[in-house]
Amino acid sequence: MAAEKNLLLEFLLRQGDNALILGHRVSEWCGHAPVLEEDIALANTALDLIGQTQMWLGYAAEVQGEGKTADDLAFLRDAWDFRNVLLTELPNGDFGQTLMRQFLFDAFQSVYLARLLGSSDETVAAIAAKASKEVAYHVERSADTVVGLGDGTEESHARMQAALDYLWPYVGEMFESDAVDTAMAESGVAPDPATLREEYDALVTRVLTDATLTIPESRFAHKGGRTGQSHTEHLGHLLTTMQWLQRAYPGNTW
Amino acid sequence: MKNEWPLWEIFIRGQHGMSHRHVGSLHAPDAEMAIKNARDVYTRRNEGVSIWVVEARHIAATVPGEKGPLFEPSESKVYRHPTFFDIPDEVGHM
Repeated sequence: MAAEKNLLLEFLLRQGDNALILGHRVSEWCGHAPVLEEDIALANTALDLIGQTQMWLGYAAEVQGEGKTADDLAFLRDAWDFRNVLLTELPNGDFGQTLMRQFLFDAFQSVYLARLLGSSDETVAAIAAKASKEVAYHVERSADTVVGLGDGTEESHARMQAALDYLWPYVGEMFESDAVDTAMAESGVAPDPATLREEYDALVTRVLTDATLTIPESRFAHKGGRTGQSHTEHLGHLLTTMQWLQRAYPGNTW
Repeated sequence: MKNEWPLWEIFIRGQHGMSHRHVGSLHAPDAEMAIKNARDVYTRRNEGVSIWVVEARHIAATVPGEKGPLFEPSESKVYRHPTFFDIPDEVGHM
């Protein structure tokens, strides 16, 4: 039973940390996006992701059973404790790179959350029910923007292709599976992500083809984020900003 | 500027049965993105159940300079307001 609890906790941290780290990244655009409409849209996406984080990490804290809160997990852990996939912690780059990263992640979430709706764990299913409506919009919006920019001007096309070439090696990690995934699949909590790759590839290929972009052939995948084994150097920098207040004033509250 | 997205006027229906109301305008490359932008800019506090977008250049409007001939003649015609009828008590509140 104890082992099972730890595996569920690990699974929940992966979901929560993906949403938290990407949400923080997207929030970095607030006040800086190229046009006002995109600025507000990105802020909305970031807020949706932070909202999902509260649900995932709130449940994670409950499962952990050490009296911690979602805030404790978000602000008092260090880089090696995080379980987000590397894709979510990569720098924003230009607007196109941000939207390409968003699309590659949204596409995964839309496929994955659809499965979590039928989770044997009621809380997981309830979180998925709320998050999947948000994600359905996110993926529609990011896909449209990827197509608009990919099939746009010569410059926007070149930037989107460069973004895809840079980000594609980080896609594979989302479909890595280990003992945690096997346990979740066996207990009916969540599907083994490896089984979702085909559906993901179909969705992504359709959109990227519309965007006149070429998917790199290599299946090489950077990994180590979702297992916590090795994050990129970017996560530490992100955390120093995100966790600044708790680091400077430990235990401070509103 | 040539690279500027066109301007769209946004209309949102607050609740079922109410008509769409003009809430503001925004820029977008096409109608689909205008709807998405309107969703993000104007309905984030649960303001709406339906969105209409119209490219601003398609709206024909009265000329401010013609305000006098257009609207002033009706100012002196109070009899057009249905306030001169005695309503029987039995009708109740109208």
